[in-house]
Amino acid sequence: MMHHPSHTITRTITLLILIFNLISCSNNESETIDYKESYKLEGGGNLVNAMVGEPSNLIAMIAGDSASSVIAGNIFNSLIKYDEKLNYAPELAEKWDVSLDQKTITFTLKENLFWADGTPLTSEDVLFTWKLVTDPKTRTPYASDYLLVKEASAPNPKTFVVTYDETYAPAIDTWASLHILPKHILKDEDINNTFFSRNPIGSGYYQLDQWISGQQVTLKANTKSSQGPANIKYLTSRIIPDTSSQFLELTADNIDLMNINPIQHQRVFPARKDLEQKINLYKELGNGYTYLGFNLKKEPFNDINVRRAINYAIDKDEVIKGVLLGLGEPVASPYKPGTRWNNANLSPYPYDPNKALSLLKAAGYQKNQSGLFEKDGKVLGFEILTNQNKQREMTAVLVQRRLKEIGIDVTIRVIEWASFINRFIKTGDFNAVVLGWSLSLDPDQYNIWHSSQQGPGQFNFIGYNNKEVDKLLEDGRKELDPSKRQKIYYKFSEHLLSDSPIVYLYAGYGLSAVNKRVQGIKTPAPPAGIYHNSYDWFIPQSLRRNEMAN
Amino acid sequence: MLIGISLISFFIMHLAPGDVTSNESSFNPKASEESRQKLRELYNLDKPVMVQYGLWLKRIVKLDFGRSFSSHQRPVLWEEKDKNGNITKGLIQESLPITLLINLLGIFIIFSISIVLGTASAIKQNTWVDRSITLFVFVGFAIPGFWLALLLMYWTGVANQWLPISGLHSQGYLSLDLFSQTLDLLKHLVLPVFVSSLSGLAGISLYVRNGMLDVLHQDFITTARSKGLSEKKVIFVHALKNAILPLITIVGLSIPGLIGGSVIAESIFAIPGMGKLFYDSVLMRDFPVIMGILTIGSVLTLFGNLLADLGYAWADPRVRKGIIK
Repeated sequence: MMHHPSHTITRTITLLILIFNLISCSNNESETIDYKESYKLEGGGNLVNAMVGEPSNLIAMIAGDSASSVIAGNIFNSLIKYDEKLNYAPELAEKWDVSLDQKTITFTLKENLFWADGTPLTSEDVLFTWKLVTDPKTRTPYASDYLLVKEASAPNPKTFVVTYDETYAPAIDTWASLHILPKHILKDEDINNTFFSRNPIGSGYYQLDQWISGQQVTLKANTKSSQGPANIKYLTSRIIPDTSSQFLELTADNIDLMNINPIQHQRVFPARKDLEQKINLYKELGNGYTYLGFNLKKEPFNDINVRRAINYAIDKDEVIKGVLLGLGEPVASPYKPGTRWNNANLSPYPYDPNKALSLLKAAGYQKNQSGLFEKDGKVLGFEILTNQNKQREMTAVLVQRRLKEIGIDVTIRVIEWASFINRFIKTGDFNAVVLGWSLSLDPDQYNIWHSSQQGPGQFNFIGYNNKEVDKLLEDGRKELDPSKRQKIYYKFSEHLLSDSPIVYLYAGYGLSAVNKRVQGIKTPAPPAGIYHNSYDWFIPQSLRRNEMAN
Repeated sequence: MLIGISLISFFIMHLAPGDVTSNESSFNPKASEESRQKLRELYNLDKPVMVQYGLWLKRIVKLDFGRSFSSHQRPVLWEEKDKNGNITKGLIQESLPITLLINLLGIFIIFSISIVLGTASAIKQNTWVDRSITLFVFVGFAIPGFWLALLLMYWTGVANQWLPISGLHSQGYLSLDLFSQTLDLLKHLVLPVFVSSLSGLAGISLYVRNGMLDVLHQDFITTARSKGLSEKKVIFVHALKNAILPLITIVGLSIPGLIGGSVIAESIFAIPGMGKLFYDSVLMRDFPVIMGILTIGSVLTLFGNLLADLGYAWADPRVRKGIIK
């Protein structure tokens, strides 16, 4: 989840002002290029993108930050991947078979797999990686999924077999996120402290070319790639912490690609014809959502009428317009709209203040002289906590305003992330929170909603407790048949919506701006996003930047 | 003294809620609480603060600054060689040179410009020259650095392609010869150094101005003038020398500041310096890095004070005599 302290909005506004001030004196000499409809595919070139943080290292199981996993994802492979429609597809494994009792998975690796240094990649490497991630000495937060494997073996160089104690449906997904590491290099190394983490040898499309600390990471196409060659020869990721600076670099044509925010997408680009001429904008729904969560163990949120009333009282479209400038969608289940697991029959609670009022009256609340709801002499009011994230702060303000209108007194408190988690979430010392979940592609959400997951540091911190949902979540973990699983999670989503333990606020779009010299990007973005086929992108020779090197 | 400083910083640091495990992937449902507890044990974060401080002190007396939690065990201070001869550079080792370079350039520019401006406004006291200099330095002081930085970046980098916008090196930097490399680096440093110096002008130039005015009203200046010395000689030989004496203290006191960078400037200009390193490690609760920077900072502060006193004694015979007595 993103929790980078961002002053980007303020900066962007400043940037806007300055751009409008300076637009009159901008005399861009760069000639305008007429982009053709289509270009011939040409390999080579250098794609420069910008990222806000430096990767901590390139071994994903130890890293944990998003910059690391993005770059490591270009260098390493997993056994399985997700295709553009978010279905499982072969990566290192050409196929995988699930045994009849659904407890054993047999992976068969593809022919002729090699590490970038020429050593063959075999099932020994997979077994080694599994041993590494489950080794108690390895400093990884991700071990728990792999510890469920009772037995793992590599009977021959092409076969890798895992057996679970019990059927574990999310297992396939876990093998799509574990990067396979080379045994021949790491077997005598201490994984927690190895040179390899900054000089990896992988099997993916790219290999590390050069890492200048704090400044940039350059990848070079891997000629021995297990997945065939990538078109673009160099991928350079420049580390530019400030997004306004990134934006200036993009406008000056020094970078090709960056993530932008709604203000840039909706206000800056439409006002700048010169930018629209050379830069394409893309949007894709992210795999996460923002919500208002209640502490269900506390008054007044233990009352379902109060929760539903609040849900009816909040105008989600207003929040999407106000916070995301319309670049988001309302959600009614914890799954990405348009994917297999999302129950399209459900719709969010509509904005209906009258219904909210009658629900509150049904819950025994009366309005007092100052227009606030009251029960047994206690005013209905609570504090919303959120972390330093501009979008969440703005969301909280809009929620506060709508609730004030119907007579609920809300205050807002913004807290730094680490304090937020340790002082309030872990201790359960909060009323309501505005937070977000970003989720993996497997529908299993046991950790978030099962009633057993309420301990300190566990993820059901709002204290949701519903026996039927518990049962569904348990069943969902044991069912490998996708259509049966779908039924289970449809039912689960229905319960969640009707119980209203959280108010779904929005799922925001991920927004990217890409220079038009980059060709081959699929639009509109498939469910997996524009980046899923980045290896097919190319930069035609005629559009390449004048690079000093390469 | 150092033990006191480090003890206090260590405790204050631990007063802030959370540790490195509550940032790293803390809200990823795939990362379980047991795994995080395991990490806490591996980093000794489950032990009482006093024990952790003892462990830290035991290492630091051997000048071992330890390894960073959050950036994959990179050494905090200096490079280390593993058994295969591969070198992993230290975090401070990589961030410090660039910050030092920017700050030294900045201090040099601040002092040279301030002395000129301060002297000029003292000589022309209460004229339009004096007033416009004062106005200029105060505007420079008050202007928000990040705003000015973005403005200049747009003007010199986007609207006109005079200077690079951010970063330290251009693409393909390593294939250049040494001269072009230096030129490339300097081009990248123009804006950061300019923006960071601008706010420093006000303080120092007013110091010089007031020092100068003080001195100009003293008897020995009147004597010098009555001797028939030229005004130039009076001001530059007799007055200026005395007026800039207090600056020695300021130089001494700014020595610890040399290793500190501005987070905002470094973020905007994408410079991997000390400010960003410290800020990030505080956010990540990366205790070894925080303590490493604080320790070096406090050593430098003590050292700077000593240096200022010595410098004073060297420059001012009155102080020197006092010491000998």
